[in-house]
Amino acid sequence: MNRALGWLAAVGLAGGLVMAFGVAPREITQGNVQRIMYLHVPTVLVAYLAFAVVLVASIAYLWRRSPAADRLAHASAEVGVLFTGLTIVAGAIWGKPTWGTWWTWDARLTSVAILFVMYLGYLLLRGMIEDRERAARYSAVLGIVAALDIPLVHFSVYWWRTLHQPPSLLKPGPATMSPEILAALLVNIVAFVLLYVYFVAKRATVLRREENVPA
Amino acid sequence: MTYARRAWIVLWKDAVTERRAKATLNALLFFSLLLLFVFQFTLGGDRERLVAALPGLLWLSFVLTGLVGLGRAFLVERENDCWDGLLMTAGDKSAIYLGKVAGNVILMLLVEIILLVLFAVFFNVDIGQALPPLALILPLGTVGFAAVGTLFAAMTAHVRAREILFPVLLLPVQIPVLLGAVKATEAALAGEGLGGVTHWLQLLGAADVVYVVAGLLTFDALLEG
Amino acid sequence: MTADVDLSGPLDCLLSARGLRKAYGRHLVLDGIDLDVRRGEGVAVLGANGAGKTTLLRVVATLVRPTGGRVFVAGTDATRDPESARRQLGFLGHGSWLYEDLTALENLRFWATLGGHTSKASALRGALGAVDLDRWSEERVRTFSAGMRRRLALARLVLARPRVLLLDEPFTGLDQQGAKWLEEHLEGFKSEGGALVMSTHSFGRGFGVADRAVILVDGRLAADVAVAPLGVEGVRRLYDLAVEDGA
Repeated sequence: MNRALGWLAAVGLAGGLVMAFGVAPREITQGNVQRIMYLHVPTVLVAYLAFAVVLVASIAYLWRRSPAADRLAHASAEVGVLFTGLTIVAGAIWGKPTWGTWWTWDARLTSVAILFVMYLGYLLLRGMIEDRERAARYSAVLGIVAALDIPLVHFSVYWWRTLHQPPSLLKPGPATMSPEILAALLVNIVAFVLLYVYFVAKRATVLRREENVPA
Repeated sequence: MTYARRAWIVLWKDAVTERRAKATLNALLFFSLLLLFVFQFTLGGDRERLVAALPGLLWLSFVLTGLVGLGRAFLVERENDCWDGLLMTAGDKSAIYLGKVAGNVILMLLVEIILLVLFAVFFNVDIGQALPPLALILPLGTVGFAAVGTLFAAMTAHVRAREILFPVLLLPVQIPVLLGAVKATEAALAGEGLGGVTHWLQLLGAADVVYVVAGLLTFDALLEG
Repeated sequence: MTADVDLSGPLDCLLSARGLRKAYGRHLVLDGIDLDVRRGEGVAVLGANGAGKTTLLRVVATLVRPTGGRVFVAGTDATRDPESARRQLGFLGHGSWLYEDLTALENLRFWATLGGHTSKASALRGALGAVDLDRWSEERVRTFSAGMRRRLALARLVLARPRVLLLDEPFTGLDQQGAKWLEEHLEGFKSEGGALVMSTHSFGRGFGVADRAVILVDGRLAADVAVAPLGVEGVRRLYDLAVEDGA
């Protein structure tokens, strides 16, 4: 099962690369560096997906105390942190040639950075509690609070960056996209979602094996 | 009405304990006074600069003081295994959370008000007309901070490296509240009134509701051994 | 797991444990404990230090969730619904559940209100009187001796009126008078129909309260005997044998 997922993800990624470099047009002002968007945007979307899964799994754990829900939350948080980190790095690589700086306090990057730190804290909490059951319970609570915080982070950071206007938009984004760009983006998004599922499944299996080793 | 009584008795117990031991409030006041001095020394003697940064400095002080004060919120319960007692009492545990949060909000507000006055005095700032809006902003921000802080304090009370884990977990989650509170305070201190910052106030209000509800629903899970 | 057998034990059992297991990480502290305690019965749990006596009591008290197995308190499944079970349970552990800076009366008022019991001053004073602490009702607990704290903790239980009492080494640290007093109180509790489980590692004081003794070795019950036929000496010998075997 995992293998099939792995292959599927690999195929997806290959397809994504083809789309990103072959099919999508070269951006006029930024050049080829702009192609990193096909990595940057999917990773951030998948990160949000991962944390949404953490939320659902955490609620499920508190409700049913199911170890499977806990493993899912744990695995998804780890993969989510990974993808968030990737998003930030990709953003930096994109930013340096484009805006001349590794980091800007723009709304999206800042939100993502806050997310990164929040869920890194989640993993830190898990690491510091030896009792498995308590770790599951406490991180479930943290997972829920952190996820509920995400929209608050969004709005507050975005308003902080735009002076004086209370906007009604949810998120800034490119206004128009040509069909090729859109297609390339979608293929990459699907590819990364598959990669996410593969990683989470693999990680959850490892976690389960670790639990079954006791006396 | 037993729920309200139970929340109240927790608040009462913390208040009486605090009044007799006098440990926390005095230490927090002293700490915040020291922060004042530290700001003066580290940010240079330029009064203009300090006054311009005042909203941020105020909330920075509140947060730092809060980190120290909230982190200790459940310390007294660890003595004599009172924690077990809290867990074993029959009835809705969220009343305990509510009582704790209320106590922490009151404690923090006390410190904040005194700190506000001290800032005004030491940096020679006229906050007279800012007081009515601040009377709304301070509680809005403090409730959000205390709601999550109390929850996380319960979470980290039994964990290794509690002193470092508590701020590490709390600060990122509190950024929206911090941003909102500072922005609103800026407007208040600039004499602009609250008209231009209603969206921030709404954010603070929404955050408060979200955090308190989350705390009420999940506190139970943290009490278990 | 055997299917759908009635696990709630005989009808006059106030407390039943079935297949209790508790693991901390890889370390299995309780490995399948079955225990029944009837109305008016006192059970002593014997075992070496670290054998799991405290863990057993804490699991039964719903302070700790078991890794496996179930606990029934007065017919309620405490593992599924700990809240209902807690109404019937009283626990006296090593910690006294006392706030040092509060007076005896204030401590009682806090716990009574929190537990939803009557907190009228008259009831509180009555409880203090029952444990002979009424002279110290306005004194801060910080000034209390170990024996006084134990009595105050019992006063708390008196107000709560549980049907099952779980006590973790209750006679340790008590002087002669305190022990005698506690013994009388527990006998009274049993005669009113309460069930009692008490961990101990001494055969001296207070052992008289036990009608049965169970011996915990390596997380399992090595023995479950009635005290009367064997006598205290007999139980002690049995204990020495069981602990040697397990070592």
